[in-house]
Amino acid sequence: MGFLHEFLQQMVNGISLGSIYALLALGYTMVYGIVKLINFAHGDILMLGAFGGFFVLAAYGVTPLTFILALLVGMLVCATVGIVIEKTCYKPLRSAPRINALITAIGVSIFIENGARVVKAIGPNPKQFPTFKTVNFPIGDINISQIQIIVFVVSILLMFLLTYIVNYTKLGKAMRAVSFDRQAAYLMGINVDWIISFTFALGSALAAAAGILFASAYPQVEPYMGIIPGLKAFVAAVLGGIGSIPGAMVGGFIMGIAETLTKGFISSQLADAIAFGILILILVVKPSGILGKNVSEKV
Amino acid sequence: MLKVRGLNVYYGNIHALHDCSFEVNEGEIVTLIGANGAGKTTTLHSVSGLIPIHSGEIEFLGKSLREVPANKIVEMGLAQVPEGRRIFANLTVMENLEMGAYIRRDKQGVKQDYEMIFAKFPRLKERYRQVAGTLSGGEQQMLAMARTLMSRPKLMLLDEPSMGLAPLLVKEIFTIIQEINRTGTTILLVEQNANMALAIANRAYVLETGKIVSSGDAKELAASEAVRKAYLGG
Repeated sequence: MGFLHEFLQQMVNGISLGSIYALLALGYTMVYGIVKLINFAHGDILMLGAFGGFFVLAAYGVTPLTFILALLVGMLVCATVGIVIEKTCYKPLRSAPRINALITAIGVSIFIENGARVVKAIGPNPKQFPTFKTVNFPIGDINISQIQIIVFVVSILLMFLLTYIVNYTKLGKAMRAVSFDRQAAYLMGINVDWIISFTFALGSALAAAAGILFASAYPQVEPYMGIIPGLKAFVAAVLGGIGSIPGAMVGGFIMGIAETLTKGFISSQLADAIAFGILILILVVKPSGILGKNVSEKV
Repeated sequence: MLKVRGLNVYYGNIHALHDCSFEVNEGEIVTLIGANGAGKTTTLHSVSGLIPIHSGEIEFLGKSLREVPANKIVEMGLAQVPEGRRIFANLTVMENLEMGAYIRRDKQGVKQDYEMIFAKFPRLKERYRQVAGTLSGGEQQMLAMARTLMSRPKLMLLDEPSMGLAPLLVKEIFTIIQEINRTGTTILLVEQNANMALAIANRAYVLETGKIVSSGDAKELAASEAVRKAYLGG
């Protein structure tokens, strides 16, 4: 026992938490990349995903198979919700000033949170999330729980999948084309509306997965559960360089590790303060983020 | 092939195009010349469906384009090489070409067309894995044209292909445009470099502050006093 042990233990915890932030940060960064909108309702998609998983696991019990089913259902539901939100709330504002869409995003967020409170199936009170019994794998003095391993492995798999889609599929290439120059994309015959919807669907599906993983690690679900992880993932996306996919991943892990290290070595009450302190620091020192490019605004 | 009648376009309160009418027939090279701000790019943008038109009619192959979204216009066989090239600088050369072929479903034909493009633009073949933003201006213009060709357009709109290029490169680009035309693609060319444009075009229209002020055979226009004074430097 000592400093090194504590440090390594917190690193393990941080990597696990960070992979959840990374999944969520990807949605922010992809949506920003393609429509230049900070989708403040993104954290609430995490909550909806967690509830999607909750219903599946509550109905069928917790087994590896139902867990995968929960992930798939949550992701599918949230992908659909993401598309519906984009089509109904953001698309009509596409040519409006950006601040209008931003305010709308905040409105959508409030709507989802309070909508969830009044829906009978969800309701205002926290619910216990059905999850695996914790099994610890001690490596030396460090404890790694199987939930941490699941969180990490699922996140990494999804990140690989996303990287593959974005870099090697026709849709992914079209996503990058649209985010670089929407008008030129139209001139290639790319159905820009459909690419934007697809991007929202991808981001929302990742948020759903993040929600189920988050609820497995911290087994409680309630309508406001997405707010704080959402904000932290937003900070992660800015830290990594908003618009950059690898940046969101790096930023997510840094945020997770910074948070657990603060909790372990400084004070758990300061953890959130440090997280948002990081945001202020980046905005002052390097607003484009770690992997972001310094792009001047196009007129 | 392309018929534009009484086209009016507004940007807010600014009346950008006044009753413009022109035609492009199959197999031709038609050029639209005029000074900066005359409305050349606006004309192409309204044909491609990028900006809403106020009134008038645009017809391509007998079908109205008024209600057709921009990406569907490309599927009809009308594609544009935009001003300033607008290549996807974050994608590789090959990925840019793939985006050009986005609408196509015939994999075999697309493969053949890559070969055809690489034969026509050997410089692009050398650099096909390079990120397009690292290409020189001339190479970017070639990529922009190659990318548009990948959709197999029947009518190709070219907006200021000579912009920002050295004279030698401009010559090369214009030779390529003529070749593209010879292999069966009709061309509508917008240019500030009226000399070059009139030299390769069959017919021309002169645009001045949103109005078409004269039109006719390219050679005759190049010889006419008014056009010489205004656009060809005396």
